[in-house]
Amino acid sequence: MTAPIIKIDGISKSFGTFKVLDGLSMQVMPREKLALIGPSGSGKTTILRILMTLERIDSGHIQIDGEQLYHMERNGQLLTADERHLARMRQKIGMVFQLFNLFPHKSVIDNVTLAPILTKGMPRAAAEKRAMELLDMVGMADKAKSMPAQLSGGQKQRVAIARALALQPKIMLFDEVTSALDPELVEEVLNVLWRLCSETDMTMLLVTHEMGFAHDFADRVLFFDRGKIVEEGKPDEIFRHPKQERTQGFLKKIIAAGHRV
Amino acid sequence: MTQWSGYFGLILQGALVTIELTLMGSVLALIMAFLAGLGRLSRFFVLRALATAYIEFFRGTSIFVQLFWAYFVLPFIGISLTPLQAGVLALGLNVGAYAAEVVRGAIQSIGREQYEACTALNLGRWHGMRHVILPQALLVMLPTFGNNAIELLKATAVVSLISLADLTFQAQVVRSQTGNTMVPFATILVIYFALALIISWGVRSLERRMARGLDGVRI
Ligand SMILES: Nc1ncnc2c1ncn2[C@@H]1O[C@H](COP(=O)(O)OP(=O)(O)OP(=O)(O)O)[C@@H](O)[C@H]1O
Ligand SMILES: [Mg+2]
Repeated sequence: MTAPIIKIDGISKSFGTFKVLDGLSMQVMPREKLALIGPSGSGKTTILRILMTLERIDSGHIQIDGEQLYHMERNGQLLTADERHLARMRQKIGMVFQLFNLFPHKSVIDNVTLAPILTKGMPRAAAEKRAMELLDMVGMADKAKSMPAQLSGGQKQRVAIARALALQPKIMLFDEVTSALDPELVEEVLNVLWRLCSETDMTMLLVTHEMGFAHDFADRVLFFDRGKIVEEGKPDEIFRHPKQERTQGFLKKIIAAGHRV
Repeated sequence: MTQWSGYFGLILQGALVTIELTLMGSVLALIMAFLAGLGRLSRFFVLRALATAYIEFFRGTSIFVQLFWAYFVLPFIGISLTPLQAGVLALGLNVGAYAAEVVRGAIQSIGREQYEACTALNLGRWHGMRHVILPQALLVMLPTFGNNAIELLKATAVVSLISLADLTFQAQVVRSQTGNTMVPFATILVIYFALALIISWGVRSLERRMARGLDGVRI
């Protein structure tokens, strides 16, 4: 019996008076590929942002790789995590954003090498060698010297993936990484995700509206609505034989909107 | 005609003093701008309060009075400055207070997504500021810094009041010695304007250099 790499225990999160997450619990196993689906505003992004420490939780606990994310154990007591603890925990996690968030003033390769050089003290030559390998894997090696503004959306997103991979996180979070792309560019990014999925043993959490891809990619699919897991299961169970009415309704709408399932 | 060349020599010497004041004042202003601008954004209340107090005080009082303090009042507490030092101090602190708000505004204009990318890459506050936020913010600051530098250049004229021999001071000397008002003042008008043009041109070419690549133009 292996231990879960992510263990979320009754977390709640409000924005003002609006409660996005209300006592959510879930677990993710090492190497698991998880797809999070659900209607807009159901809290999918919020969960990823909480795991990346971009939002704080109001209550509950999260364990990453056996350690508390937002708490530190000191003399048997649980204290709120300080910045140093968070920085150590962040080493385990990487995130790719919907809008890429590349550094516009840095070339493609500098985008990829910046964090390894600064946070891991990697020598520049080693960081660049590794960056070129990663850029090669995402098919962007020939654009290493380009500036982000010279790239298409799909190319930017592939660079952003390489940038996150450069820190070798155990867990990767992908938040609708193809939603901002023109339809003809979606494929090239999904191909990269597919390679990561089949060639690495990273744990991957994918928020997506690409139901066809989620079906092929995921070991397990979670359907969210209003901050709660309404239904979860193997892709076939969720996509072919959804039990819950809300899941059925959601999938019907998605298909009507022209997405392949 | 020959006598005029001597007077132009005086005015050129004055121009050198004005340039010196402008350069040294700008360096001090730049340092103060970053200290106080970053201070305003600090997590620590004391730093924020200090920065705010500095900015409000130096924007809220006249540069004349500040200069007189630097030159005439500081000696009473044991700090005697040369006219040049007093001029640099007053100009640098005064313009630095305005420029500090430029630094703060520019840093705040950088989108939240850049800060979030820094967090996701675990860069930490200092590395993120130094390598991601500031380089982009600098480009936003630059045009306004150019205006601040020109303001500083124009404000250097006040040092003639503590008898530092800058452009304006020398023009008055020439005027009193020749009895001609038109020629010396027309001359310094042109020189101030030329210096201001050089600053704008310098800042603009710096801006172009730094913006290279950001807009998708091949470098
Ligand atoms: N910073 C914020 N301030 C206020 N409300 C927020 C904030 N971030 C998210 N919300 C709200 O929280 C709810 C959940 O948002 P979240 O972005 O997690 O949804 P989502 O499932 O990712 O939706 P989508 O599919 O549209 O991306 C939404 O109603 C949203 O308006
Ligand atoms: Mg979202």
